[in-house]
Amino acid sequence: MGFREALHSGKFLITAEIGPGKGTETDELLEDAELIKGKVDAINVTDLQSSVMRLGSMAVCHLLKDHGIDPILQMTCRDRNRLALQSDLLSAWVLGIRNVLSLTGDHPTLGDHPQSMPVFDLDSVSLLKVIKRLNEGVDMAGNQLKGAPDFLPGAVVNPGADTEAALEMQIIKMEKKIEAGAEFFQTQGIFDLDLFERFMKRVEGFKTEILGGIILLKSAGMARFMNKNVAGVFVPEPLIKEMEVTKDKVKTSVEIAARLIKGMKDMCQGVHIMAIGWEKRIPLVLEDAEL
Amino acid sequence: MIVAEIKPLAEIKEMVKKYRKVLIVGCGACVTVCLSGGKKQVELLASALRTVKKMEGEDAVIGERTIPRQCELKFIEQMKDEASQYEAILSMGCGAGVQSIAEDLENIPVLPAMNTLFIGASDGRGTWIELCAACGDCILWRTGGICPVARCAKRLIYGPCGGSQGGRCEVSKDNPCVWQQIYTRLMKLNQLHLLMGSSQPKAWPVHPRKLVREDLKLKKEPTGV
Repeated sequence: MGFREALHSGKFLITAEIGPGKGTETDELLEDAELIKGKVDAINVTDLQSSVMRLGSMAVCHLLKDHGIDPILQMTCRDRNRLALQSDLLSAWVLGIRNVLSLTGDHPTLGDHPQSMPVFDLDSVSLLKVIKRLNEGVDMAGNQLKGAPDFLPGAVVNPGADTEAALEMQIIKMEKKIEAGAEFFQTQGIFDLDLFERFMKRVEGFKTEILGGIILLKSAGMARFMNKNVAGVFVPEPLIKEMEVTKDKVKTSVEIAARLIKGMKDMCQGVHIMAIGWEKRIPLVLEDAEL
Repeated sequence: MIVAEIKPLAEIKEMVKKYRKVLIVGCGACVTVCLSGGKKQVELLASALRTVKKMEGEDAVIGERTIPRQCELKFIEQMKDEASQYEAILSMGCGAGVQSIAEDLENIPVLPAMNTLFIGASDGRGTWIELCAACGDCILWRTGGICPVARCAKRLIYGPCGGSQGGRCEVSKDNPCVWQQIYTRLMKLNQLHLLMGSSQPKAWPVHPRKLVREDLKLKKEPTGV
């Protein structure tokens, strides 16, 4: 069953995420993917995450497809203008990629080539509109396509936006994304279930499927780093303490993730697991979460 | 105003090294207001260059002149005679000033003493911020008078990215998230509904841009009978 079928089947959805590395080495990546294959409904492949130059998302999605995994192509607006974005969408389709996640993208100054020109010709909302149009057989300029794709478009939302204004604008933008065709949402990593529950109540009635984000904590230091530097991620102090005092970081990390998944299971339609290098532990998390 | 800052002295020194007679030209408009290229700064640069040239044992002539606006032909024309006595002009105007002078004084090299930065304003405390990107398609009416094209690092016109923290921009914590500011302003104006409007992706202008005003074009002389 592909991701689209899973999305409409009513089952609790599970997606994971892998980040290609810097260079042409793909063995480890594919090994990780093989380990979680069959346990997840789809795997996202990030698009130069954190604005660091790496192997591209489209090529790795294609490799996943060859390995029998349904990939979700993450596409940011940071590096390509509307010509390149549309062309890459068509290319992705002919390579067998069926799901696209639309993102604005981090600014280049946050990555390893800070002098590069930030493009942002489109943003996450307008890219969704473009995907919708291409699906209808027309490009952004109104020209007819000879052969059209039929992508499943998705988007992201940050339920942990830390000011009232930022959260309100996230919700307004989420509505615009739904209107622009987003059929599913993957959220930023959630560590506070009360906050997530309030967010889910707030967007109750939005016609879309929401996959709550799960980030595997590797250490207390990582949690503190994210609290300081990653927008929308807030790891409460008790969880940091748990990671600090544990003798077995992997075990505790898996336990925390599984606990969060169990907690959000009745709130949303699925989970999106961002293991950030710990992909091999995803099966343990799923087992612990009884999924 | 157009905000500019003076180049490092070493770079200016390199530009003028082969000229013995240099006229430093200030501009009485934007760069005077932003305290970077007016009469006072012309005096300071002239005195610095004289010292440099002297230390290198050169007998240089460094002239000083400030005109009301370097981007206006009639003011450039007024200094033409004086300029012709020099080997090079060192302009302390913005890029438009440098090019306007170069266009008019074809036979004298015109050198830029400034780096032109942006269209902006001062906060009155020694900081100037960019306010307008001159994008050619103003949307300030629906963003509470605050421009996201110029003031959002990603030029987002549909709303914020997910990167702000505590109301600060993900690119630099020194900068407020402009969408946060737009939200607050629209709330004060009781115009939050404007955030719901959808806009089309921007049509980016093709450079170089030109403005033609038919109403101001010189009327052609009627042809003879």
